[in-house]
Amino acid sequence: MKKILEVADLNISFHTFAGEVQAIRGVDFDLYEGETLAIVGESGSGKSVTTKSIMRLLPTGNSEIKKGKILFEDKDIAKASEKQMQKIRGKDISMIFQDPMTSLNPTMTVGKQIMEPLLKHQHLSKSKAKERALHLLELVGIPNPKERLKQYPHQFSGGMRQRVVIAIALACAPKILIADEPTTALDVTIQGQILDLMKDLQKQIETSIIFITHDLGVVANVADRVAVMYGGKIVEIGTVDEIFYNPQHPYTWGLISSMPSLDSKDEELYVIPGTPPDLLHPPKGDAFAPRNHYAMKIDLEEDPPMFKVSDTHFAATWLLHPDAPEVEPPVAVQERMAKFQAKQAASLKGEK
Amino acid sequence: MAKYLIKRVIYLVITLFIITSLTFFLMKFLPGSPFQNEEKLSEEQRVILDEKYGLDEPIPVQYAKYMVNIVKGDLGVSFQFDNQPVTDLLIKRMGPSLQLGFQAMFIGTLIGILLGVLAAMFQNTWIDYGSTFLAVLGKSIPSFVFAALLQYVIGVKLELLPVAAWDGFASSIMPTIALAIFPVATAARFMRTELIEVFGSDYITLAKAKGNSRMEVSFKHAIRNGLIPLVTVLGPMAVGLMTGSMVVEQIFSIPGIGEQFVKSIQTNDFPIIMGTTIFFAFLLTVIILIVDILYGIIDPRIRLQGGDKS
Repeated sequence: MKKILEVADLNISFHTFAGEVQAIRGVDFDLYEGETLAIVGESGSGKSVTTKSIMRLLPTGNSEIKKGKILFEDKDIAKASEKQMQKIRGKDISMIFQDPMTSLNPTMTVGKQIMEPLLKHQHLSKSKAKERALHLLELVGIPNPKERLKQYPHQFSGGMRQRVVIAIALACAPKILIADEPTTALDVTIQGQILDLMKDLQKQIETSIIFITHDLGVVANVADRVAVMYGGKIVEIGTVDEIFYNPQHPYTWGLISSMPSLDSKDEELYVIPGTPPDLLHPPKGDAFAPRNHYAMKIDLEEDPPMFKVSDTHFAATWLLHPDAPEVEPPVAVQERMAKFQAKQAASLKGEK
Repeated sequence: MAKYLIKRVIYLVITLFIITSLTFFLMKFLPGSPFQNEEKLSEEQRVILDEKYGLDEPIPVQYAKYMVNIVKGDLGVSFQFDNQPVTDLLIKRMGPSLQLGFQAMFIGTLIGILLGVLAAMFQNTWIDYGSTFLAVLGKSIPSFVFAALLQYVIGVKLELLPVAAWDGFASSIMPTIALAIFPVATAARFMRTELIEVFGSDYITLAKAKGNSRMEVSFKHAIRNGLIPLVTVLGPMAVGLMTGSMVVEQIFSIPGIGEQFVKSIQTNDFPIIMGTTIFFAFLLTVIILIVDILYGIIDPRIRLQGGDKS
């Protein structure tokens, strides 16, 4: 598979009155053509900052890319000028936002808002752009597109508005689509429809998707690969199966244990104790150590590097060091691992 | 739309009726009489004059007669200006006042909007601080102080413009500036505050994410949304201009309604007081109606229901 985006050792800080907040502290990941990479993590773990930096949409006054590269088509976005970015935004990389109720301009017709990137990047004539906008509305499943084009956002429901936002994002068939919690503000039935629509459209226009969410159910539904973020770093990255059925990082264990499943009865859900780290004064060593039941002495001293689990699976925890003691993951995770191994064994048998 | 307009016009008439009645009775409580050197008049002369102007009748009767005349379109005759009909006097004086008012309102809001937009776009730079400083000055210095200052600097010292006269456009520049200070300040503050909020909203981020430049984002997406609250204060701003114009007209000796109004209050010229009040009230209610219609044009969310079915 071809690499379309490469983020290497990205460090981003915000300058506040209290001091420098190190929001992103060395993020590395690749995005391949046509895949969906989900980024999961708690609020404040740096998911949105990472993706906003890919579009260079961070507030200009107080944010700073301190170090690192964002390579897109041999260009380093981290060092691109505003002019260059304007040519990339909406054309090669576009974005879907969390709240469809506020992400459309209330005083502009939906048609005009869809036509805008078409007129801008593809230099279509007005009538051509209108035709294309009509087609896009049809594509995202909005009935009566002809009338709908002339309407304003307040005449659309939340789910319909998110469809419009998707139509805008996909107008120029971008190479990368960043979806920042696109279904969080929608109710569950609409969520499903929007996810299906996105999967369907991804196949049609062959775009890569970076999908930010904190809903692991959504991740299982859409993602090919998953990156787990904590305290401004990626702590584990792997394929969906690897993350869900063979997680290695204690934080991922915590996330999975706190997820309700069909088997769970009335028992209380697991909660990861403590609060996310204060990135104004990042802790020494592993940022997750204070909340980590499995933390060792070295976790408080030194930040763990990425250990390789498989060709596609990496995790930053000292537990993977050859000298580390064997530990038992939480019961919920063990059950999952067992189920996964049983399934794999069964499929292997079937193949034979 | 037509139904809405008819409703609004009915409200307008009711409002005018209430304002007229209130003013009528309040005016009758004013001390003194309309006659100059009253103490020199003999009792007989007074009776004759009172009878002539209908001031001998009980106040409710005077009120009833006045209201009937208004419906007929007759505002009475002035006591002090050679018994001319009030309507004629108003029409004659309306020109300069309306010209000043519109010039000040138009230029004032336009410059104010521009200042506000610049301040919001270049937030926390010297442009922003400068515009804030101007706005605070404009809001806190009364227009008559500013008028006197203009007269002294531009009129007397620099001799660029006539100090106090009314002939041609040049003589309208200084009073317009003096009057426009208030709308400039108001519009600038409103525009800045609202635009900063708009710039932080999601749809502006989306507009940027489409590849729009800063200018395109500001002019295509932000300003129209930022204008919405400003439209609301246009009405009160018009009131400010009207009251401001009374003093400013005096200072620049402009033969406008304001100047005549102030004189008529000083001399208890009842028909002129009433006529001017009704005129101002009418103007104001019409401006508020226009503002409400403007609102719908700028913001589709409050576009009047029933016009086009959606």
